[in-house]
Amino acid sequence: MLDRSFGFMGTARDHIVGPSGGEKRYHDVFPGDAHSVRAALKSAMRAFREMEIADEQTGVVEIVLAEVLNNVVEHAYAEHGRGVIELDVRREGHRLNFMIRDDGRPMPGGNTPVGRPHDLDVTADDLPEGGFGWYLIRELTQGLTYRRSGNRNDLRFHIPLSARRHD
Amino acid sequence: MELVCHDSTELRVIEVAESRIDAAVAIQFKDRMRTLSDDGPMRVILDLSRVTFLDSSGLGAVVAAMKQMGSGRRLELAGLTPTVAKVFRLTRMDTVFTIHPDLAPFEAGLGHAR
Repeated sequence: MLDRSFGFMGTARDHIVGPSGGEKRYHDVFPGDAHSVRAALKSAMRAFREMEIADEQTGVVEIVLAEVLNNVVEHAYAEHGRGVIELDVRREGHRLNFMIRDDGRPMPGGNTPVGRPHDLDVTADDLPEGGFGWYLIRELTQGLTYRRSGNRNDLRFHIPLSARRHD
Repeated sequence: MELVCHDSTELRVIEVAESRIDAAVAIQFKDRMRTLSDDGPMRVILDLSRVTFLDSSGLGAVVAAMKQMGSGRRLELAGLTPTVAKVFRLTRMDTVFTIHPDLAPFEAGLGHAR
């Protein structure tokens, strides 16, 4: 299965679990649309469970990845129709290092949005229906960095796998 | 997006018969909820016990579903699984909704009519 075709917008999975120098890696390239993101998340979660990451932490990882990948679909590729997304995850001791790349539009202002918590002390009609994404990403990740190189967005962060809880 | 209604005289339970409410189905969910909360009992409980994952688009759709309920109607939630509960807690949306651990207190009145 390692020789899967790299055809146009094909899915190229390179999933290595096991004692490969102590490092475990998950790699995937998939189309930047909502349904492909859903399928990619499903595969990634299966791989993380095989890496024996606890359920509570795969939950955190899934929340973060869903937000990051949906942002690429909804913002970076909003006007292009579609493009591909590359996801690379490496386990390094007690953390998971993530790299997400796409060829869409840059982040507004060249940086990742701040993502503040909403004021929920409002009437029901004024409750927010969106804008939770970056807040969740910032709450649940560490070492967030964003780089634009050429036409490519490159987002990196890590999620600790220690017993530290976020809630 | 499969949503199943269970009605009693005072209560409508809308069961989400899917494992995810995410960006791929958020709009569909919101539209189906509009149809299902247009008539019937004034009190509506959304049963999320089969939903294992909800992202911010899904959360937005649940909030939208509550906001689009007709006047006097209420939307409550039940059966949040761990990752779904975490999203509600982190965004503090758990303070906005009435959340029941499960449907046990309501089951007698509902029977199993589908």
